[in-house]
Amino acid sequence: MENLIAPLIAAPLLGAAVLLVGGRRLDRVGHWIGTLLSTASFVFGLILFADLLGKGAEHRTLTQHLWTWIPVGGFQADVTFRLDQLSMTFVLLITGVGSLIHLYSVGYMEHDERRRRFFGYLNLFLAAMLLLVLADNYLLLYVGWEGVGLASYLLIGFWQHKPSAATAAKKAFLVNRVGDMGLSIAIMLMFTTFGSFAFGPVLSHTGDASEGKLTAIGLMLLLAACGKSAQVPLQSWLGDAMEGPTPVSALIHAATMVTAGVYLIVRSGAVFNAAPDAQLAVTVVGAVTLLFGAIVGCAKDDIKKALAGSTMSQIGYMVLAAGLGPIGYVFAIMHLVTHGFFKAGLFLGAGSVMHGMNDEVDMRRYGGLRKYMPVTFITFGLGYLAIIGFPGLSGFFSKDKIIEAAFAKGGTEGWILGGAALLGAAITAFYMTRVMLMTFFGEERWRNQPTRSPGAPSAEPAAETHGEHAEPHPHESPKVMTIPMIVLAVGSVFGGAFFSIGDRFLHWLEPVTGHSEGDSPLSAAAVTGATMVCLVIGVAIAWAQYGRKPVPAVAPRGSLLTRAARRDLLQDDFNHVVLVRGGEHLTRSLVYVDHTLVDGVVNGTAAGFGGLSGRLRRLQNGFARSYAVSMFGGAALLVAATLLMRAV
Amino acid sequence: MNPVNYLYLAALLFTIGATGVLIRRNAIVLFMCVELMLNACNLAFVTFSRMHGNLDGQIIAFFTMVVAAAEVVVGLAIIVSLFRTRHSASVDDASLMKL
Repeated sequence: MENLIAPLIAAPLLGAAVLLVGGRRLDRVGHWIGTLLSTASFVFGLILFADLLGKGAEHRTLTQHLWTWIPVGGFQADVTFRLDQLSMTFVLLITGVGSLIHLYSVGYMEHDERRRRFFGYLNLFLAAMLLLVLADNYLLLYVGWEGVGLASYLLIGFWQHKPSAATAAKKAFLVNRVGDMGLSIAIMLMFTTFGSFAFGPVLSHTGDASEGKLTAIGLMLLLAACGKSAQVPLQSWLGDAMEGPTPVSALIHAATMVTAGVYLIVRSGAVFNAAPDAQLAVTVVGAVTLLFGAIVGCAKDDIKKALAGSTMSQIGYMVLAAGLGPIGYVFAIMHLVTHGFFKAGLFLGAGSVMHGMNDEVDMRRYGGLRKYMPVTFITFGLGYLAIIGFPGLSGFFSKDKIIEAAFAKGGTEGWILGGAALLGAAITAFYMTRVMLMTFFGEERWRNQPTRSPGAPSAEPAAETHGEHAEPHPHESPKVMTIPMIVLAVGSVFGGAFFSIGDRFLHWLEPVTGHSEGDSPLSAAAVTGATMVCLVIGVAIAWAQYGRKPVPAVAPRGSLLTRAARRDLLQDDFNHVVLVRGGEHLTRSLVYVDHTLVDGVVNGTAAGFGGLSGRLRRLQNGFARSYAVSMFGGAALLVAATLLMRAV
Repeated sequence: MNPVNYLYLAALLFTIGATGVLIRRNAIVLFMCVELMLNACNLAFVTFSRMHGNLDGQIIAFFTMVVAAAEVVVGLAIIVSLFRTRHSASVDDASLMKL
């Protein structure tokens, strides 16, 4: 059965190759080829899942060795795949959500003449992401890691005729590179410490290494995770990544790729368990990011950017849980899966709204859309209830568990982390309610609006059927788009309950990640109660601000915090001042040193020898008799020296 | 007769030759001074040969004569052609080989 792992990756890879090499003759069927191969991969995944379920919990690890990639002395890199419960979970999420989004894109990208290429990139992404989660060693994982980075770059910049999209793609690529550096250093450290970078030898021998080395490896892995998962301090790229087509935002920048960092941390759990300092750093990053993303999400008027802030925040929850160690690993992955459902659903809903609104993204120009897009409204609404943690929906189960686990860390840390997670839950309820109210309720602010200002984001090519300045005619999206939204909404509603009741997910994942109950100072019921109170407070504040009063069509100036949050809490300004300016100063001083010191030494040596030879040249005067004098002088010196030596 | 006297004579002849090379300008005179130095060396070689009782010095003296003869042939040819082109036998006039 393990022979089915390679085809799982090969199917989307084949799709990418066929679609990208095949050229224009595939333009008419390309999207269906891509969707078919992605679905094929999902079917392989289901077959393997059924196979795993048929085995005992301890025997649910399949490995497939394809070939030895780099055999050099003690350096042995294999192309080996490993399918266990953790990778299986990811495979089903990636291929399942991926296939739904392929289907959705068939409708969403219908008017784009480069649709075939889009599906080629999507398939490439699926192949790289599957490679990432199925690799049996860190080097092969790194290949997948870079592959998803490439696919993300290509898809963010898919509408490369827009300078903002091209810049955003470049920014995502560059920021990710910082994280990738961390991963490559971690792999090198693993090789020097353990003599290998395969999961087996590294993760089962963490007891042999010193804690200092494990902490270093852990921090480097955390850096990698920060880059890929848009965690503070490498978070600045995710907001701009929303320049990509909406299905891309749903698949790559919400459901799957950005969770790769969480996968990396959970997969390397043994390293973090043995390095408490690194673990603490992970929890701090998670807690800071979950508040950071939530605050940014509150201030954005661009529906996709508000959702991007929310993604950042929710991944912050996962990272926080992953940093708690065995108490939290299972819940990190559980939240990851439920988040995959509801956030992909929310993004697809946002895409559907944009599709019906001439690709307008400003929520201040939405309003009252629930009458015009009932399916989108209901699916988006269910996703909304799931993300804020409405009782019974999936976010309720997974987020609640993370907040409980944060308190269970114990001590002051537990209170701080748990408090941050609770506060985050309140802010989540606030900003999601705000998105909901501004989009689907209230006045119809898109009527009789002034023409688009030149600075507003330009229309996507899909909008060309409508006039650029015409009043939008909101309409429901075609079935090919609404069906994936309905499926994801079903997942967002029932996923959490399905996983949590009877601890199904816990028992499934426990053999890989391990699990321990912490001792929480609060009872589970108290935490749930506190979460509910936070939820109600968040929703109430949002309703008071955006439900009761009409939403102004032009954003008010806002408080200092609001203005900072609109600028992504000054992250770009910080990067500009500290990194860009700092880098410029550094290079300038290096250039100065190069010009004065290095060039000074080189030029000085040359000038010294030039001057010396100019003087020596005078001896060559052409007079035979002066040469004779030198000869006699030299001979006399030699004789004198000889005599002197004999005398001594 | 004490052979050391011959060495004094050789040294004297060599000094005269060397001085001539350094202070005279006429190429022919210069040439004769060089010959004088060569012959002073020959005299010294032969004297040492006599003093040490082996023939090495005398053999070297023959070599020197052969080399000197060859040198005279080439050198005089150069001087003659130099005189033909420049109408002067002064060595200081032929000072073109300089930077």
